[in-house]
Amino acid sequence: MGRMNKLRLFGRTKDLESQIDLFLDKLSESTVMFRLGVRTYLKEGANGEFDVKLKAVNTLESEADGLRRIIEKELYTHTLIPDARGDVLGLIENLDHVMTLYEGALWAISIEKPDIPEEHKAGFKKLTNMVVQAAEALVLGARSFFRSPHAVGDYNHKVMVYEKEADKISTQLKRDIFDSDLELARKAHLRNFVEQIDNVADWAEDVADRLAIYAIKRTV
Amino acid sequence: MDPSVLIFLSSGLFLGWALGSNDAANVFGTAVGTRMVRWSTAAIICSIFVMLGAAVSGAGASHTLGKLGAITVLPGAFMTALAAAISVYLMTKSGLAVSTSQAIVGGIIGWNLFSNQPTDTKILTTIISTWFLCPVLSAIIAVILYKALHLYLRHADLHLVRTDAYLRMGLLVAGAFGAYALGANNIANVVGVFIPASPFSELQIGGFTLSSAQQLFIIGGLAIAVGVMTYSKGVMMTVGGSLGRISPVAAFIAVISHSIVLFAFASRGLEAWLLSMGLPTIPLVPVSSSQAVVGAVVGIAILQGAAGIRWRVLGNIVLGWIATPIMACAICFFGLFFLQNVFGQTVY
Repeated sequence: MGRMNKLRLFGRTKDLESQIDLFLDKLSESTVMFRLGVRTYLKEGANGEFDVKLKAVNTLESEADGLRRIIEKELYTHTLIPDARGDVLGLIENLDHVMTLYEGALWAISIEKPDIPEEHKAGFKKLTNMVVQAAEALVLGARSFFRSPHAVGDYNHKVMVYEKEADKISTQLKRDIFDSDLELARKAHLRNFVEQIDNVADWAEDVADRLAIYAIKRTV
Repeated sequence: MDPSVLIFLSSGLFLGWALGSNDAANVFGTAVGTRMVRWSTAAIICSIFVMLGAAVSGAGASHTLGKLGAITVLPGAFMTALAAAISVYLMTKSGLAVSTSQAIVGGIIGWNLFSNQPTDTKILTTIISTWFLCPVLSAIIAVILYKALHLYLRHADLHLVRTDAYLRMGLLVAGAFGAYALGANNIANVVGVFIPASPFSELQIGGFTLSSAQQLFIIGGLAIAVGVMTYSKGVMMTVGGSLGRISPVAAFIAVISHSIVLFAFASRGLEAWLLSMGLPTIPLVPVSSSQAVVGAVVGIAILQGAAGIRWRVLGNIVLGWIATPIMACAICFFGLFFLQNVFGQTVY
């Protein structure tokens, strides 16, 4: 492999490019799986279909971890992109954490099996959709950082909008839960899941803020 | 060959070594300093291309120096090169920007004054005007190239990793061209004064004939290469810091602009082409590699709003322009006096 790389002009570059693209693909895919997982649970509970989605997110997360390690090793061993290396590694680690949040939320659902009343299911669904949109905009922003950093701002703006909307939805959902006649322990249990899902959007916003700085550094 | 010849040539070789250890940093310093290119790769490419440039295109600028003062005896040439080398050493030690080109011109004028030879003011004016022209031209070229490259990178949507790989390749190619241009332009400083008094005769190797001047160019090129190999690493590592933080794109543009300017002031081919097109020619004069690269960096800094320019450093450079030739002239004049009256050597 190493020798083949030397023979191919820019072989190592092409490999690294596709590893970064692949990492972002994994994140994008896990976003879809996370959304489907929550929807399945809301519709049918923790059945076999839900387990398939959970397993898919687990697999994608560990594959992305492997890619992150390869990318890190490649960047440091061959002193590639010396001026942006720290930013790229920071970005990839922060994006990797998004998948950890998906995994954590789905595992919690699988273990704790929260009993969500019918009247709050729409709120959970809306929240999940908004959170997922924020994460998808973040992935597009990250892709854009690598190829056209001047366009990162447009995607970041979307992340901010979706995060704000997700905040509004989660606040309303928590208000509805605590205004209902449920037992306090159940209310607290449900609030925990609202916050766990909403955390993804909050994290996406934090990463987008850092991405904005990385992009400015690249365009100067 | 008389062994004293080697002693007399030693000052030129010392100057060549100093040039190699300092000016290689102008060609590869930013690339090595930003860790885009390994020092060992840079040193090998630099050494090869400096020698090539010296042997193939070194004659043009040397010819102009010869016209400023034709030093016909070896001891005179020895002291001229030594005066230049001492000036370069002292100026470097005191942290002032230094140019071997300005030092050697000062040395030649010192020899002219000592030997009562008239200094061709027309040639001198041409040489001094190029010292101003060189950084300005380099800045203009850098601004144009930087704008063009910036525009291209914005619309090409290249992956960050690919941009990095292309820049690495670009820095190597620009560095090779820069080393060639450095050899072609600055070999005149190292051995130019020895040409009229050259101790070598024509050498036949296979089908090739090496003139005495070409043999001097190769020896001078070797001295520069030894300087690159033995002493340039530290200078290369620090050059990025002294010029302020510089991005790899700016580093590439600085090197390519520096190389174009040095090549333009050394190329007989370009001169002939400009003549054939009926355009004004560029004088073939040894110019300062450091000032070319500083000119380019300042040009890029001005384009970005002039915030990054260290005006004190620029002030030092201007001070160096004035102090170096005067110092070399004085050292040469007094050195010749000692060489003639204490050591009994014929110096003109």
